[in-house]
Amino acid sequence: MSKYSFYPGCSMESSARAYLDSTLALQSSLDLQLDEVKDWNCCGATEYAATHLLPSYALVGRNLALAAQPSHGAPAAPTLVAGCSACYLNLAKTDYYMRQSGDLAERVNTALAAGGLHYQPGAVKVRHLLDILINDIGLAQIKAKVTRPLKGWRVAAYYGCQVPRPDYDHRFQNAEYPMQMEQLMQALGATVIDFPLKTHCCGGHMTQISEATSYELIRRLIQGADQYRADLLVTLCPMCQLNLDAYQVEMNKFFKTSYHVPVIFFTQLIGLAFGIDPVQLGFGREFISASALLKDKLGVDVPVAEEAVAAPPRPRRGQPEGLPMPRMPRSGQLGQEE
Amino acid sequence: MSSQPIPLHLPGEEPAEKIGVYVCHCGTNIAATVDVAEVRDWAGQRLEDSGVVVSRDYKFMCSSLGQELIEKDIKDLGLTRVVVAACSPHLHEGTFRGACKRAGLNPYLCELVSIREQVSWVHTDRHAATDKAKAVVSGGVERVVRNTPLEPLRVPIHPATLVVGGGIAGIQAALEIANAGFPVYLVEREPSIGGHMAQFDKTFPTLDCAACILTPRMVEAGGHPNITLLTWSEVVDVKGYVGNFVATIKKKARYVNTELCTGCGICQEKCPKKIVDEVYEAGLGYRKAVYTPFPQAVPKYPVIDVPNCTFFQKGTCRACEKLCPTNAIDFTQKDELLTVEVGNIILATGYDLFDARRIPQYGYGRLANVFTSLEFERLTNAAGPTNGDIVLRDGKTKPQSVAVIHCVGSRDRNYNNYCSAICCMQSVKFAHLVKERTGAQVYNFYIDMRTTAKAYDEFYQRVLEEGTLFVRGRVAEVTDAARLPGEAGKLIIQVEDTLAGKQRRIPVDMVILSAALEPRRDAKQTAHLFGLSCSADGWMIEKHVKLDPVATMTEGIFAAGCVTGPKDIPNTVAQGAAAAARVLGMIQRREIELEPIKASVNQEQCSGCRICNNLCPFNAILFHEDRMVSEINPALCQGCGTCVAACPAGAISGTGFSNEQILSQIDGLLMLNVARQSAAVAA
Repeated sequence: MSKYSFYPGCSMESSARAYLDSTLALQSSLDLQLDEVKDWNCCGATEYAATHLLPSYALVGRNLALAAQPSHGAPAAPTLVAGCSACYLNLAKTDYYMRQSGDLAERVNTALAAGGLHYQPGAVKVRHLLDILINDIGLAQIKAKVTRPLKGWRVAAYYGCQVPRPDYDHRFQNAEYPMQMEQLMQALGATVIDFPLKTHCCGGHMTQISEATSYELIRRLIQGADQYRADLLVTLCPMCQLNLDAYQVEMNKFFKTSYHVPVIFFTQLIGLAFGIDPVQLGFGREFISASALLKDKLGVDVPVAEEAVAAPPRPRRGQPEGLPMPRMPRSGQLGQEE
Repeated sequence: MSSQPIPLHLPGEEPAEKIGVYVCHCGTNIAATVDVAEVRDWAGQRLEDSGVVVSRDYKFMCSSLGQELIEKDIKDLGLTRVVVAACSPHLHEGTFRGACKRAGLNPYLCELVSIREQVSWVHTDRHAATDKAKAVVSGGVERVVRNTPLEPLRVPIHPATLVVGGGIAGIQAALEIANAGFPVYLVEREPSIGGHMAQFDKTFPTLDCAACILTPRMVEAGGHPNITLLTWSEVVDVKGYVGNFVATIKKKARYVNTELCTGCGICQEKCPKKIVDEVYEAGLGYRKAVYTPFPQAVPKYPVIDVPNCTFFQKGTCRACEKLCPTNAIDFTQKDELLTVEVGNIILATGYDLFDARRIPQYGYGRLANVFTSLEFERLTNAAGPTNGDIVLRDGKTKPQSVAVIHCVGSRDRNYNNYCSAICCMQSVKFAHLVKERTGAQVYNFYIDMRTTAKAYDEFYQRVLEEGTLFVRGRVAEVTDAARLPGEAGKLIIQVEDTLAGKQRRIPVDMVILSAALEPRRDAKQTAHLFGLSCSADGWMIEKHVKLDPVATMTEGIFAAGCVTGPKDIPNTVAQGAAAAARVLGMIQRREIELEPIKASVNQEQCSGCRICNNLCPFNAILFHEDRMVSEINPALCQGCGTCVAACPAGAISGTGFSNEQILSQIDGLLMLNVARQSAAVAA
């Protein structure tokens, strides 16, 4: 049984729920134990470091400190695994910079001390889930577990930017043109496409800032996958998955195109090849449905997830309890009251 | 081993030796950081008890006037030892030892201590640096009194030379020596000499046909009465030392009787087995299982490639044997080992091309119409697989547009930091050839243009005027993922044009990667075989990169051409000739003086543990099985001291580096000599 600390991050609990479900579903088949870090907080995503650098390191430092803490008297697992690209990058980056700069480590620890925490740089090794599957568990073992090979699936592997680069500890053989997911997909029996756009931009948060820019970036990838006659894009990044999946319809409207390329997490495909129930792997949660693919290629029906049919109404935000917040005066009005 | 050096004289007693100390300013190199006058005065006063009788400083000790100063003191004051505090012994030890010799003092009684490289150049605090200089001088003085006069060893030099590698560097070197009337063994592992140059079509900047200028040299080397040509052969062992090497050469079986073969080529024509030629055709063409790599091959005799020959693999066929008009095919030949005695060796083993597959985003091996520079050379060569037609991988379509990418695997910290020296000019040449033969639009993607040798920049200007477009920027990727109109079916170059400050996408039909030159894949083994060392990059290390570029740290072994780093043809040829000149100089001397700084084994003390045997980088230690003791060959020993330090029994000592000398020098460095004298005075 290989034991790791596990940092799921917010995406895996929400938009990328399929990623989390499928990851957890693989644990028993792969003899893998992922222990969630207790009381973890936000990783800061890409935004926080851009506005408040030092607090952003302290924010991540807290997660590292928690991961390094012994739990239930047992020493912490030496490796902290993240599935989300942004979380992985932020954790790895903070640990790396704290290792490089004693000054930063000291400042971060000053902040952590307020919460009674301390992090010794390098105390945990931050690794991505894909790295664990390829290098610790190994392709041979994964291949051995395949009961439902993905024969005839044309798969384009899409990495995005944050996992292979900047790759502080050189775990990826080639940051510009990684091949790990391709190797994995081959082990599952799929046909792998030489997909040159594998590390190109998905648009990131441009969907919130500039629709036209993000739709163009999304179109490049989806059109690329279509050009290479890929049945689907397989990815390891919640952000990439969200952009390419949730905005594909909008993008189609914008460009008057009709692409239909499902975007699926690699862990979902591993589970599928292992013979795990597609629903348990989060299939059906995607906007661009992979149901037809599953039916055609594997003869598996995916019942439409209940949440997808009718999402339960979000609780309406009522009046806040207690006293009202003080209203701030508009600038220049202070003193004029008199 | 005692830490107390044997006192040479009692305090108060007259010292046995008369020592002169000379402190050099080296202009401001030393004087700016070290108070030279203070060091001079201190040595004269405080080291008097150690035997210092005169202490002087001079602006440039290495000048004739500086040397004369020492010579005059030796004669007038009867100096018996000399310490010069100046630069590194690498630079001027010979100079000052020469001065002593002229004045009648044994040169090994002179010590050069470094107060430049080890003091003034590495310190900024003048006071501390001056103190350190004093300590260094003090160490030198304590050491020099324990030096003993030494006489250099003289060994005869065998007049024959071994040249390893039959490219243009090796050919040039072999011809120079052979034309001077001395015998040469020219060893080449491929079936023919010629090297990489034989693969090229045109050579920059004059666009001479490579074959036209190379083949006369190949023919001359092949037929020269003083050159023994050993192709399809490899050096497997080297023993001996400068002037007296013994090399073992494996002559691989050709399976062709060269006495009978006329080189008619019928065997190649009739051989039914076609193989992709990875060496000479760079993987872009075919050869047969029995082959000469190219029509002008020297020698003209083919070889049989055993792993691909149907007869050797399946026992049938024998087509070549049946059809050879002179019955020259001989399947019974065996590899032969040949032993030759030579006085000097020239290593000219060349380079390998960087494997462009290591940069997958440039598409080589993934995208059909991405070619390496060597492939393109074969494509343009009239004797190449397309008879010189520049076509796409389909073998027929002429490209309308071609991109040449510079620095593929060079100047890139992911692969090689160094500049490969030839790629700029080679890429410019490619642009010219493509333009001339196909009229296609050519783009060159460069980081900097480096056109530094004679007539190079003029050629670049000419190609600019011909209309080749030069885009400054390292290419991000070569992709077939079309996105914009006009991109479908093309290879798209994505690049940041750093002059215009914007991203460009340029669709082309063909991409040529100017791949880096790298050390031979087996350079480390070669270095080990010849007792040389490689730099971190893997290139062989020359004795001095500027002042002794064709010699190596091993006496009698020289290096020429790309074996020490990327070079163009003019430089390679110059190095071949230079190495030959060095060898001829050695041969003309008939015998050579060797540095007497050697290690020797005290046979009484040697336990026969053999620890030193494998440590010696020069293979100088011989083990006598019968007596179970090791012995050092003084001619082979370079005096590095590794064995001295390693011997657990303390049985090995180095001439000029005895324990006593070293421990005394340490005493001096720690100023224990001065302290002892002060104590004696106080008592």
